[in-house]
Amino acid sequence: MHFYGTEVTAPLLLGTAQYPSPAILDAAIKACGTQIVTVSLRRETADGSGAGFFDVLRQTGCRILPNTAGCHTVQEAVTTARMARDVFGTDWIKLEVIGHSDNLQPDVFALVEAARTLSDDGFHVFPYTTDDLVVGEKLLEAGCEVLMPWGAPIGSGQGLRNPDALRSMRAHFPDVPLIVDAGIGRPSDACEAMELGMDAVLLNTAVAKAGDPVKMAHAMSVAIRAGREGYCADPMERRDMAVPSTPILGLAEMA
Amino acid sequence: MLIIVNAEPREIVETTLLAALYELGFASPAVATALNGNFVPRTARESTTLKDGDRLEVLAPMQGG
Repeated sequence: MHFYGTEVTAPLLLGTAQYPSPAILDAAIKACGTQIVTVSLRRETADGSGAGFFDVLRQTGCRILPNTAGCHTVQEAVTTARMARDVFGTDWIKLEVIGHSDNLQPDVFALVEAARTLSDDGFHVFPYTTDDLVVGEKLLEAGCEVLMPWGAPIGSGQGLRNPDALRSMRAHFPDVPLIVDAGIGRPSDACEAMELGMDAVLLNTAVAKAGDPVKMAHAMSVAIRAGREGYCADPMERRDMAVPSTPILGLAEMA
Repeated sequence: MLIIVNAEPREIVETTLLAALYELGFASPAVATALNGNFVPRTARESTTLKDGDRLEVLAPMQGG
């Protein structure tokens, strides 16, 4: 698959927050084989801790996808994106414009406006959005070439709250890379997303907050691969009733 | 002059953003700056002058999801 012309073979994007240690983060990145990691920008401390973290990330060889996490307005998100480009040297930006403090759902109106401003400014925008088809269309019109619908609220680990909506997105946007961002809790959730035809999954808390983040990172990558292969293999239709799989013909009469 | 740096009041002598960053101890190249809510690219730091009461944000890479 391609994100803005860049070939990506690993269908898993990994967040870098909340790990027990930088070493465990590094091991988790290796265990799941991701090629893209998300990062944020926060106030620099006097000891220059941000530069040290940046060095750790660069050594992984992963492509960096900065986010605008915590931004609630177009102006905040656009300014943060421009600051991220200045630091990370990438046009890629995971655009978050948070609209509600309880469920952290995106403010889709501000999201579309910010996406347009940033696309016009040369950014390649990865919008964290809902599973709303109309919003998806508006984001594409604004210049986005990737959509990142939520599975469930950020950090909730609830899995896919509305699989039918994601299936509709797949059908409606057959050629747009779709990444489920947020809400994945278990490998089966990630597998389900891929079985629905999503192109990739973005994970953070599910890995970082697992008892063994490195093992979970690997489990997620295996589940994602299984889901993808299952989707490509075109699963059978569900049936309401049982249908014997063993042939009836030639069955002996024992009665 | 007195400016607000990452929400903390700081007394500085330098008057350009570039020099003030060094004076404030932000030596790393991995920082981005915003002045009074407006992004200031690194190429514009030398030509950006500070005034009393300015609000400066200095951001750096951090863990994120």
